[in-house]
Amino acid sequence: MSITYLEAIREAQAKLLRDDERVFIYGQDVGGTFGGAFKATKGLAKEFPGRVLNTPISEDAMVGTAIGAAINGMRPIVEMQFADFSSTALNQILNNAGTHYWRTNVSVPITVRLPSGGTKGSGPFHSQSMESIYAHYPGLIVMTPATVEDAYTMLIEAVAIDDPVVYCEHKYLYYHLKADNLPVEGLPTGRARIAREGRDLTIVTYSAMLHEALAVAEQLVNEGFEIEVVDLRSVKPLDTNTVLASVARTGRLLCVGESFPWGGATAEIIARVSAEGFHLLDAAPQRLNAKDTPIPYHPNLWSAHRPNAKEIARKARALLRE
Amino acid sequence: MLLTRTLEEKLVSLYRGGLITGGVYIGKGQEAVSVACGLFLQKGDILAPLIRDQAGRSAFGEPLLDVTRTYLGSRQGPMRGRDGNIHRGRPRDNQLAMISHLGAMVSVTVGALMAKRFRGEKNFVGLSCIGEGGMQTGAFHEGMNIAAVEQVPLVVVATNNHYAYSTPNDREFACHDLVDRAMGYGFEGYTVDGTDLTNCLDVIGGAVKRARAGRPPQLVVASILRLSGHGEHDDASYVTDEIKREPFARDCVKVAEQTIVDLNLADAETLAEWRRDAAAQVDQAISTAQKEAAPEGDEEDWCAISTRDIVDSLE
Repeated sequence: MSITYLEAIREAQAKLLRDDERVFIYGQDVGGTFGGAFKATKGLAKEFPGRVLNTPISEDAMVGTAIGAAINGMRPIVEMQFADFSSTALNQILNNAGTHYWRTNVSVPITVRLPSGGTKGSGPFHSQSMESIYAHYPGLIVMTPATVEDAYTMLIEAVAIDDPVVYCEHKYLYYHLKADNLPVEGLPTGRARIAREGRDLTIVTYSAMLHEALAVAEQLVNEGFEIEVVDLRSVKPLDTNTVLASVARTGRLLCVGESFPWGGATAEIIARVSAEGFHLLDAAPQRLNAKDTPIPYHPNLWSAHRPNAKEIARKARALLRE
Repeated sequence: MLLTRTLEEKLVSLYRGGLITGGVYIGKGQEAVSVACGLFLQKGDILAPLIRDQAGRSAFGEPLLDVTRTYLGSRQGPMRGRDGNIHRGRPRDNQLAMISHLGAMVSVTVGALMAKRFRGEKNFVGLSCIGEGGMQTGAFHEGMNIAAVEQVPLVVVATNNHYAYSTPNDREFACHDLVDRAMGYGFEGYTVDGTDLTNCLDVIGGAVKRARAGRPPQLVVASILRLSGHGEHDDASYVTDEIKREPFARDCVKVAEQTIVDLNLADAETLAEWRRDAAAQVDQAISTAQKEAAPEGDEEDWCAISTRDIVDSLE
């Protein structure tokens, strides 16, 4: 049996609907026989009548409705058609869901699924990675699964958590990534994973960039380097301890993320390691993000805009030579 | 209405005396509309009040102490000093806690009603308050539309107080009458003279009854003049003399008192007794809150999520 990252997301939702009557799915085109723009909910409306509901193109109201349902005992999953469109719902996510527990002592167990990141030809409005924006605001948990196994267990965990979770699933991984079967249990939320062990350099990354980083690590073995790769799994909470422990072993740090370069998850990691583990570093920590422009349409431009294996390798070699 | 007027006058004097930090936002002139919003709701119904809905909050069962504790910064209030003034609420008791971003609470009310429907509850209704200012936000339009799509038992009471902060109606919207939008949303629409308590009770009470009975969502548009500034920091000098002479500029509390006298429902002595009783309740709530301790930064737990074992270890 072989299961894709996308199928894992669908299977997780099927399990959630089956096991927990508080769960419902709310989003554009998720219902009927269509099953979502990416088919992440295919067949679920039929299997779970009345619980997989199409919505108008109203991101703000979709999330607002989910918040109201969540504080009244439900466990809604909101599917954004693309992560990019969640910008229209920022007010509800940041100012309503994110502040609610702090203000009222009543938590808001919503899960907002964001089909994130770039694919060829998708352009400025269907390619964004928004995790750093959500992580910046208090009151939210931000998950960025990079593997089929994590896509499955972390979505189940997201719905179980009593607080609002922004679940960033990567569209590039939907079909590219396959696993033999689905796990029963994953690592706890907030725990990073050593995806590959090494001793010369730590690359900290998450989501689709994990696979670029692993390819670079494999490639640089031929040049005599052992690169350790840390998969954050969630950018908030951010597992600083696992990162620091890795940097203690390697002495060098490169952070790679697909989102825009100003601030964000990669900058946060470097800030924390510099503050708490400065003595562990043998060279200045580095980071690599997408370029500071909107995301281009043409495949040639797109593949140069995001960090790719070639760029990561160049940056890694420079850091290893220091 | 009387209790709200008495309470808010007292809050204003505390604010002027420097005893309230932040703002004070009152519903002067809106009490008749607001009280009608709370009066017809039953236990299990949902109320999403906005900033000028003290009367509705009280009518729905909010204790006076919640108000005074929040305004005076007692750690025992429902917001524990974490949020102030009119942002308070008790979501577990179906009193939703508004955010300042207008229009946002309409869809939240829709979701709360959907949860009740999912659970198989019957005979419930939600009432979400808005002003003509908030009616111009995208969130409001989305919320109204999704309410009609979901066919939830919702009443939206929109009070046109003729100013969004300082901006008059002619720079807020250009439609002939705000109630005409009801049809476009798929709501049933009604207008009401917001200065006339009897009219408010009839129209808002009727809308709540129809929503409860399974009619489509209901929009009630009330017309009043805000008889205060936006907040107490605002002297409302932009309100024209001309608009103050409009019929909708009447003070609903005075109109209600006159109606009571005209219909011989209560004599002058009874009215005076009601006022004394309201003042006593307000004084009690204020003096209790004033004796309570304020929150302290070094005792706060500074944790924005409830799942304590996965809090980010940020220093």
